[in-house]
Amino acid sequence: MKTDQNPLVVVNHLKKHFNVGKGQILKAVDDVSFEIYPGETFGLVGESGCGKSTLGRTLIRLYDATSGEVTFEDKAVHGHKSKAELKQLSRSIQMIFQDPYASLNQRMTVTDIIAEGIDAHGLAKNRKERLEMVYALLETVGLNRNHAERFPHEFSGGQRQRIGIARALAVNPRFIIADEPISALDVSIQAQVVNLMKKLQEELGLTYLFIAHDLSMVKHISDRIGVMYLGSMVELSESDELFENPLHPYTKSLLSAIPIPDPKLERSRERQVLHGDLPSPINPPSGCRFRTRCPFAMDVCASQTPEWKEAEKGHWVACHLYDEKNEAVSLSKTI
Amino acid sequence: MNHLLEVKNLQVSFFTYAGEVQAVRDVSFTLAKGETLAIVGESGSGKSVTSKSIMRLLTQTAKIKQGSIMFEGKDLASLPEKQMQNIRGKDISMIFQDPMTSLNPTMTIGRQITEVLRKHHQMNGSEASRRALELLDQVGIPNPEKRLKQYPHQLSGGMRQRVVIAIALACDPQVLIADEPTTALDVTIQAQILELMKSLQQKFDTSIVLITHDLGVVANMASRVAVMYAGKIVETGSVDELFYQPKHPYTWGLLDSMPKLHEKTEELHAIPGTPPDLADPPIGCPFAARCPYTMDVCYDHMPPYTEHSDTHRAACWLQDSRAPKIDRPQAGGER
Repeated sequence: MKTDQNPLVVVNHLKKHFNVGKGQILKAVDDVSFEIYPGETFGLVGESGCGKSTLGRTLIRLYDATSGEVTFEDKAVHGHKSKAELKQLSRSIQMIFQDPYASLNQRMTVTDIIAEGIDAHGLAKNRKERLEMVYALLETVGLNRNHAERFPHEFSGGQRQRIGIARALAVNPRFIIADEPISALDVSIQAQVVNLMKKLQEELGLTYLFIAHDLSMVKHISDRIGVMYLGSMVELSESDELFENPLHPYTKSLLSAIPIPDPKLERSRERQVLHGDLPSPINPPSGCRFRTRCPFAMDVCASQTPEWKEAEKGHWVACHLYDEKNEAVSLSKTI
Repeated sequence: MNHLLEVKNLQVSFFTYAGEVQAVRDVSFTLAKGETLAIVGESGSGKSVTSKSIMRLLTQTAKIKQGSIMFEGKDLASLPEKQMQNIRGKDISMIFQDPMTSLNPTMTIGRQITEVLRKHHQMNGSEASRRALELLDQVGIPNPEKRLKQYPHQLSGGMRQRVVIAIALACDPQVLIADEPTTALDVTIQAQILELMKSLQQKFDTSIVLITHDLGVVANMASRVAVMYAGKIVETGSVDELFYQPKHPYTWGLLDSMPKLHEKTEELHAIPGTPPDLADPPIGCPFAARCPYTMDVCYDHMPPYTEHSDTHRAACWLQDSRAPKIDRPQAGGER
């Protein structure tokens, strides 16, 4: 595994709070810590409103962190930085957005969209070189040079997402944050884009943070997966381990909620349906945030926030069921 | 078998500035009492247009060019609007994809539910409110008295979809059309809504037409499946036949492009290319341009249906006796 190297990104007790007026504070990301290693794909899953997109945007400094820190290649991402440092940062980290219909400027040609980063960083010496770079990028993502002079509306969703990927690759980044890159696409097109992202990762040695709510696709692409619930990370482990041996009750119910495209299996499957809705992140439950929907909630869950600890090697979880003294409970209550 | 609903040779076109777009091209299917028929396909395959034709909710630019939709001895395709109004919402009702836009933001939940009851059952205010309370209770909304007086924005996404279901079920319809009922919802909420739909179906023996692109949802809900591509049904069969003995290469592609939760595959099977433009549909098989097994005949002639069982048929030239024998690549099917 790649985890014996130095981490590329270190997130340390990161918090991002939004002031929503009337003295209320929305804690979108609340005390999250994890590391991303070079060359890996880190999947981030959770329901809408759990803070996964906010976390992604805070990592790339689209949002300023409320507290805590993020380091990229041992340098802090947040805090005061000179213009040159900021430029360097934005070259190293790029983003692919969810909606390929909204994230491309419809009044710019494909060339201008892709070359915007090249221009901003002065990577091309002249017009000819700029165009050559755009052509090369288009071919890398499986489009061709005839597409260069067209406008975004002339492309299908999958093709647009390829343009978005080409734009991200234009400045030779090391780390790409993909925020739900495939959820706006059809199944057969999703597979095309995921295969392309995997191929590019192998060829260019990229590191991905892959944010999604589709667990089966996240499992397919990720080396390690973090599960978020209401602003905090509840479980983190290698992706196979997470699916074979989920520890947190939320992860278990999330996995059991995915419909599997296999009718016989679906008929025989015992489903653990979670009751109720996600509570409001403005006034989250005390202690463990999942306790209001958790089938195993105990008294301690309301009074104490569970500690983020390594239950098994490389498998982190925040749940009172895995406290030392509750060992017996966890064994008798496995789902 | 006694069919509740029978769609025969349905053709629907949109007349736009760019010319005629043939969204639904010769679609036939039947629906029996108490069964769930799933219509799957990518966006633009005509599945929503088919369902809207049954409800006669098509826009001004669309026209049912040919075909019949038989329901209780009446042809819905040519029924006058006045009579259609007595069927819509009473005998056939619909659940839409996005509960945010399908509810009226300026009306309370109570008024929106009682509206149908007053219209179709000529109930007075207090009768209708009593029934509305019952309905909200049935769809699992806690505290229904309070909810009746609230507006849609005060409810979460899952709650809103429950309200939409309550409205759809208000008059005990015989047919319920659910157009991507869970696409806008998170997996845990999706599981809740699917469970709810199944339990209500068992209680009232409703027939459901489920429109979706999620094969997992199909495996969970459907008794029969129709696969649509470019305005045509390319394969139809019972859910087991379709998942375990699929005959059409497009169905193979759809099934294989889903990542498997319990297997590790290196590369996802992607279907290359994009669906054809229905303003100028191909004369032969619509899938020919993306199909790995295309023969000359595919481009020139639309394949006829071949019957594999009473319920299972597919439109593909590979099924013709003169075609080379090709089996579905790699071990698909049962796991």
